Amino acid sequence: MLTISEATYDAIVAHAKRDHPDEACGIVAGPEGSDRPERVVEMVNAAGSPTFYEFDSTELLELYKEMWAKDEEPVVIYHSHTATEAYPSRTDIGLASEPGAHYVLVSTREHGNNDGPVEFRSYRIVDGEVTEEEVRVVPALS
Amino acid sequence: MAIEVRIPTILRTYTDGEKAVTGDGGSLSALIDDLESNHPGLKERLVEDGDLRRFVNVYVNDEDVRFIGGLDAELTDGDQVVVLPAVAGG
Repeated sequence: MLTISEATYDAIVAHAKRDHPDEACGIVAGPEGSDRPERVVEMVNAAGSPTFYEFDSTELLELYKEMWAKDEEPVVIYHSHTATEAYPSRTDIGLASEPGAHYVLVSTREHGNNDGPVEFRSYRIVDGEVTEEEVRVVPALS
Repeated sequence: MAIEVRIPTILRTYTDGEKAVTGDGGSLSALIDDLESNHPGLKERLVEDGDLRRFVNVYVNDEDVRFIGGLDAELTDGDQVVVLPAVAGG
């Protein structure tokens, strides 16, 4: 199960809506081993595409160095789908490389940049196997 | 000669869980061959058809090796190498 604060949930959704029709991507970092998604880091989609996302390689290194310095890890890795459902694509599954992370998918296909509900789902992706998990949104992490 | 190589979580099965290992070599490809001798299987995860895999990033002293010669990038004693899988998808 992914437990996430309302503020973090809202930040991810806002990012996805803002970048629509391109895919938005980022992470939520938290203390190593804590499973607490605390710090949203929006990343630039270097692919700038409605069907693909990739963190810029230089920013990726900066991000990881910062996390190492703070003893953090990527608790959540998120990205949006802008025309399809919030389910990992074959590419997502093939390239998933953080077996400890919650992979969050947001679909903006219904309302695009506008207000309105989005699909917000979370998965574990380990060795090519996808397992959906419950998402619990709480007012604040306890 | 010693070069420290930071290993990402997903590849630590090849390094007995170690976050960093040391190796040596005058170029990135020589370093990878040296690592392979101590951590069999690692090379295949980094190299494909004689080139660095598309979705693996390798940095030498914070520089993406794609900009400094790829597998031919020169290394010297004390260099810091970081391996990070791309965060990407569709």
